[in-house]
Amino acid sequence: MPADPYFKKTSTRKMLGECPKMRKRISLYSLTFSLPLFIWQVVFFVFPLAFLVALSFWTVKNFRMQPDFDTINWVTMYGRSIFWQSYGLTFAMAAAASVITSILAFPCSFAIAFKLGPKARQLAIFMMVIPFFTSYLVRVYSWQIFLSDNGIINGFLALVGLEKIAMLNTVFATMIGYLTLCFPLVVLLQLFSLMFIDRTLIEAAHNLRCGRLRTVFEVVIPSARVGLVIAALFCFILSFGDFVSPIYLGGGDPTTLSILITDTTKSGQQWPRAAVIALTMIGTLLAVAFAAIRFAYKGREQ
Amino acid sequence: MTKSNILQSGLTRRALLATGAATLATPMFSRRAFAAPTELTMLAWYGHAEPDIVAEFEAENNVKFVPKYYTGGDNMLGLISQSPVGTFDVILSDAEYVQALQQAGYVEELTASDYEIDDYYPEFQNFPGNWSDGKLFSLVTRFGFLGVAYNTDALTEAEASTYNVFWDEKLKGKVGHFDWHLPNLGQISQLNGNANPYDIDAAAWQAVKDKTMSLRPQIGGFFDYGGTFSSLNDGQMLAFAGIGDWITGVLEKNGAKVRSAIPEEGGLQWSECFSIGKGSAKAELAKKWIQYITSAKGQAKSAQMAAYPALIPNQKGWDVLNVENPAEAKRQGMTKDAGNVIEMIRAGRIKNRQWPVQQSLEEWNDFWSEYKGS
Repeated sequence: MPADPYFKKTSTRKMLGECPKMRKRISLYSLTFSLPLFIWQVVFFVFPLAFLVALSFWTVKNFRMQPDFDTINWVTMYGRSIFWQSYGLTFAMAAAASVITSILAFPCSFAIAFKLGPKARQLAIFMMVIPFFTSYLVRVYSWQIFLSDNGIINGFLALVGLEKIAMLNTVFATMIGYLTLCFPLVVLLQLFSLMFIDRTLIEAAHNLRCGRLRTVFEVVIPSARVGLVIAALFCFILSFGDFVSPIYLGGGDPTTLSILITDTTKSGQQWPRAAVIALTMIGTLLAVAFAAIRFAYKGREQ
Repeated sequence: MTKSNILQSGLTRRALLATGAATLATPMFSRRAFAAPTELTMLAWYGHAEPDIVAEFEAENNVKFVPKYYTGGDNMLGLISQSPVGTFDVILSDAEYVQALQQAGYVEELTASDYEIDDYYPEFQNFPGNWSDGKLFSLVTRFGFLGVAYNTDALTEAEASTYNVFWDEKLKGKVGHFDWHLPNLGQISQLNGNANPYDIDAAAWQAVKDKTMSLRPQIGGFFDYGGTFSSLNDGQMLAFAGIGDWITGVLEKNGAKVRSAIPEEGGLQWSECFSIGKGSAKAELAKKWIQYITSAKGQAKSAQMAAYPALIPNQKGWDVLNVENPAEAKRQGMTKDAGNVIEMIRAGRIKNRQWPVQQSLEEWNDFWSEYKGS
């Protein structure tokens, strides 16, 4: 195909010129459908976000928030080492969670996409949906029974004569929690991109004497890149803001940003400072999301 | 009977329908007339408006409590400041927050003679925070001690009789913190020998910070209400700072091997007080409730509250409790025997939990965040 921008421009114009009424009708039609989404976005995202920005400039006197325009909250929070320490740590933990979850989920979604028959695949997809039936909090609490010092895993280790391993209230346990939260979703997202890979590409690779493993890395993964990256991105987003796992499995140690938010509000009603943390988190997630999507679709047009 | 017959007998269709409708509606009207309970809103810690505490009062006064539960004084102040005046009829608050409530004008003044304050132990008749410039704004209704909470399989009572046990080598990674700076730092301040743990100068505050930091390697986690329960219950944490019988008492009743001890360095006291919300349209009924819960009968109930047990300041309440549930009275130390809780207070072993006097609350909280992150 010619990559000449002029060609593209003229062809687009030509198309639009051919059916001028169509364009208007489409926009009215699409407006009807996109309006609810637009209103939803304004009411539940833009408005709260604007409020959060305003709130971060308010001041607190004697437990009462007062509308104000003072940068004190930004200066204070950004000047504290604990904030940056928590930030780095939360970012690293969420990044680790998305890498680990993606690696562990890939064989699973690969097997479901390529090795199972249609019926077994449907069952497997259903199995991945089931975890969403129960509350995440309940699932995390039940992990405590497995991971605690007197729990099921250590009980088993004692039975075979091995020493106890401290698991609960560690970063390891937090990671287990992140996996509990993200694994089914990551598998599903990976699966939907793997299922739509053109099989002829794989056959072609085999015909060209490409080994099985090499086919996975050179054909399957590049073809499913968008889905794999989006799955990892979702895992990052969910883990970055999660409060339940770091507090109930990690024992609140180390302090993640979500824990720091609750700490900040716990003394003196410092919601404006909590807003600073929240906005920093939102900004980070937006940056990561844009970077990830850019990477996912890089070179796709050609 | 035909239609004309009905008409002839003087009963029209309209009359028939009206009578029928009235008959069907009668139970509704009578329900409204006799049963519609008055709703009384209560802002409190969890458990205070549950049936084990309020059912009797509700039945006697045709009242239905509508509770709004909070966790922590800051949460409470936030809820009040964000609600219109008169939203809450009754407010339960920790003693150190009462002054903030009064200063912000969130509570009504109480008339001392309305309540049986004379039945209270003298220490509680002029309870700090309840009074401001000779005016009464809230009434202490229950209290409890904070000390060393410990697993009875792991530690003996003698071992748990000092805060130093938290530094014990065998408890490495097994000491938990209730995640709130005020009780934890207050305890370390007591360990450092500060007579008033919350009124300390800069040097003493620095010493408290240093001592606290030295405890960090021992700490297995920082827990909220639910996490504190579960980690003590399953033996994940063997000792706990910043809590007392209000948590271990509940677990102990359910068979867990945990207890709380008041160490030789002294314990802290939390206290819960009832107030009437500013602008309450049902202030009379709210007053009646406070009269009930501070009376001997209400106090005995409060001591045995299912959500978390507590000590009570009303002497006659002790008498009722000792008749109703002598075992619980003994367990909590509310008997006339030597060494009971009032004697502990009189011996100067217990200090009120309060806000820091020479530092700001923010300074303590900021240090707590740094300690957690270190």
